[in-house]
Amino acid sequence: MKEVTSQADAAGGFDLTQFYGVFFEEAGENLSSMETMLLEIDADSPSDEELNAIFRVAHSIKGGAATFGFSDVTELTHELETLLDRLRRNELRLRRAMVDVLLEAGDVLKSMLARYQANDADASAAPDTRDLVARIRHLATGQSASAIDDGRRRLRVRVGPLTDGALADNLAELFRDIASLGTFEATDEGRLSPQGLREFDVTTASADAELIELFSFHVSREQIQIVDLAGTRRADAGDTSAGAPAKTGDDADPGYGFFVDPQSLPAARKGTQTGSKPKAGKAVPAANLESSSLRVSMEKVDQLINLVGELVITQSMLTQQAKNLDPMTYQTLLSGVVELERNTRHMQESVMSIRMIPMSFVFNRFPRMLRDLADKLGKSIELKTVGEATELDKGLIEKIIDPLTHLVRNSADHGIESTDKRIAAGKPAHGTITLSAAHQGGSILIEVKDDGAGLNRERILAKAKERGLPGVHDGLRDPEIWALIWEPGFSTADQVSDVSGRGVGMDVVRRNIAALNGSVELDSAEGYGARVSVRLPLTLAIMDGMSIGIGDEIYILPLGSVVESFQVETAKIQTLGGTGRVVKVRDSYLPVAALEDVFQVPRLRDEQEDRARCQIMVIVEAEGARIALLVDELLGQHQVVVKNLEANYRRVPGVSGATILGDGRVALIIDTGGLVKRARH
Amino acid sequence: MQSILAVDDSASMRQMVAFTLKGAGYNVIEAADGQEAFDKARGQRIDLVLTDQNMPRMDGVTLTRQLRTLPAFAETPILILTTESSSDMKAKGKAAGATGWLVKPFDPERLLDVIKKVIR
Amino acid sequence: MGVMDKFETTAATTHEYLTFRLGGEEYGIDILKVQEIRGYDHVTRIANSPEFIKGVVNLRGVIVPIVDLRLKFALGEAKYDAFTVVIILNVANRIVGAVVDSVSDVLEMTAADVKPAPEFNAMMGANYITGLGTVKQGDIERLLILIDIERLMSSPDMALMDSTAA
Repeated sequence: MKEVTSQADAAGGFDLTQFYGVFFEEAGENLSSMETMLLEIDADSPSDEELNAIFRVAHSIKGGAATFGFSDVTELTHELETLLDRLRRNELRLRRAMVDVLLEAGDVLKSMLARYQANDADASAAPDTRDLVARIRHLATGQSASAIDDGRRRLRVRVGPLTDGALADNLAELFRDIASLGTFEATDEGRLSPQGLREFDVTTASADAELIELFSFHVSREQIQIVDLAGTRRADAGDTSAGAPAKTGDDADPGYGFFVDPQSLPAARKGTQTGSKPKAGKAVPAANLESSSLRVSMEKVDQLINLVGELVITQSMLTQQAKNLDPMTYQTLLSGVVELERNTRHMQESVMSIRMIPMSFVFNRFPRMLRDLADKLGKSIELKTVGEATELDKGLIEKIIDPLTHLVRNSADHGIESTDKRIAAGKPAHGTITLSAAHQGGSILIEVKDDGAGLNRERILAKAKERGLPGVHDGLRDPEIWALIWEPGFSTADQVSDVSGRGVGMDVVRRNIAALNGSVELDSAEGYGARVSVRLPLTLAIMDGMSIGIGDEIYILPLGSVVESFQVETAKIQTLGGTGRVVKVRDSYLPVAALEDVFQVPRLRDEQEDRARCQIMVIVEAEGARIALLVDELLGQHQVVVKNLEANYRRVPGVSGATILGDGRVALIIDTGGLVKRARH
Repeated sequence: MQSILAVDDSASMRQMVAFTLKGAGYNVIEAADGQEAFDKARGQRIDLVLTDQNMPRMDGVTLTRQLRTLPAFAETPILILTTESSSDMKAKGKAAGATGWLVKPFDPERLLDVIKKVIR
Repeated sequence: MGVMDKFETTAATTHEYLTFRLGGEEYGIDILKVQEIRGYDHVTRIANSPEFIKGVVNLRGVIVPIVDLRLKFALGEAKYDAFTVVIILNVANRIVGAVVDSVSDVLEMTAADVKPAPEFNAMMGANYITGLGTVKQGDIERLLILIDIERLMSSPDMALMDSTAA
């Protein structure tokens, strides 16, 4: 950061470079928020609030850029500010062309800042903003002068020569007191020009003669000069010396001023304020000095999470060991262990929530992307988002962006039809893509839905046959046809468009999601649209689990998927169709999965017979359906630290991860979603 | 040690101002908008208020007006930072009871100069 | 001790190899790939995996898969007792464990000590053999087969890694 240079570096002895980092981050956030606001604004009826908010953002960036000496950023933002100022004062009406140019300027600012951040401030490579600036100015001045609809004119009024510039301020009072007159603003910061003139910007519907009449209450007529900004000079009520400068470009401008004589301010501040805290003694509590949020490096957060994970393991181990102790003798110790478990759980919840970020972070980039994409494709596409507040671990958020982007582009490119086709099909002219996120049990469900043409069964079948994919025939059911999309290199796009259709997409999407221990599914209705559902485990790290025993082995079920458990007699389990087994639970029949079969648990022969009579049934719910799992015993509930099996090994079907038990052994965590899916086919 | 309340919605500006002022021996209390500044100001001894004008929730001029209603802040020097070139804003500041203004961008030295003129 | 820099093929520089026995044979692997040596303990079975993948263990909080090379290459007798040895390897950005019969010394060898292996159909596949050396045990000279353990463990038929992940 030290090498980034700017004009402010030579701010005599003060090294401002240490603040650059915060400024870049802040400016980045400001630019993002400006873009979001521009995309959301209704160009036909923008609210004052929205315009003000966007103005403030540009103003803020300009202030910082000017302070830290990034002059190209300052200049460009100044142009934006001018345009936005006129907009927020309702001097201009918002048009789509303005939104476009503001968005474009935002992009240029982003790249300017990026260059500074990367120490790439090579003057020759600086973006040429002249054309952009010209366009901004054109839009900003487009409706100047006399073109304001309600018959008001824009004037420049010069008053003087005066010895006391404040006299002219009285004219401002007039405008304040008489509301219908219009606006009257100084352009000279309250100071007299070298010629002793004051200058003001005025909009009014009144005629010049009327104005002069009014002004003459305070200043003499000869001192008033009115210029209509449409270009023609009018009503020189008295000549002033030529060449009155439009701005007070004083070299001696100190850039500050006082309303009261600073000398007259009380010198000693002590004891003049009633009810103030005594200076000596207690220090001001530190909490008041800082703003309410803190920037922390990701490494520190990750380390904290790891440490909490280790703590949970140790605490689990202690809890388990404590079970063997005599409650009477070790009463205090045992209550301490219970307390420890509670504290650890709270700490873990707090820490995990640090990393949770709302999905809006992901969704935010899509309005802009879709807007540009829709323009490029010549289609009309609207984006809806649902559940932006749904939170997701930061690590997952970063990794889900690429796959989601690909899915959205697919929907826009291949899903949504052209406006003509849509109208011909009786659909609304604009297509809609809906992004949604919701928590479901221990997972998050993210969906990309479009109301486009849906998948074309025939084309996919034809393509699959062409590629010689195995198992492909006309009798395949729809879900099996849609599943072909996931094959590598598959694409039914006629031409490879710039956007997508290169055929490298969908299988990479699926792999990326699988790497996150997630799953993805495709559903489609021809003519109506398509939907891609991505399911991700919510937290990678800590989970409530139920330990179950099968033979000598221990497995963990996510407690979130466990509905109930009960003892069952083998007789109650009935076969269906020869191979499947079901059990009646209250009014419904649930498929039964014997975990000893699923996991091929080795059994001693006499064990098998022993267990013929009673077994334990655990009902789990996942993927919207329930099945009953047959296990030997329930061993308890506790928190488990989820360890990734794929870090050093690979994905195992039926298993979503592993954990370390109190005794140091590894236990596998069952993928209930996977089991449910298997049981249902 | 004298205390200065520095109000600006830009974190980088706040940091720079706080750094400059602390380096010169002042105690600095920061706030990101007028409302936060007003809440923090009550019950504290403040020798000078330095506030940006354009901020969300409550702007600098409104903050000035609000502070002046508190007896403890009747005489406290309040300086408004502004980039706006119109004196309309300054007129508003004056009407609200501000002591003076400072044009942005400013460099740290000018900031200290101006402050020294106002509190001793 | 410990030649930690990248090797150069001059006669003077030495490589260090960890040697171990598998079946009746002696193998040597780059010491830098070896993280530690452990006993065989508390391995959690993973269902529906190849027979030579015994399962996973907890290595100070990290889940590590264990491969029994004796089973994979049908060398020797695969028994599991207090003397069973697991070499914990750090290869291809992963930590994996390999069960062998026993571990011997760490040997220093120069490039001159290593002879190229003739082409032959070894059980292990000649792809993984990087050369042949000799081990002296008293008066007896034994053959030391140097292998590229990283390549071996990453190969698809070792079934440790998803092909897409590589």
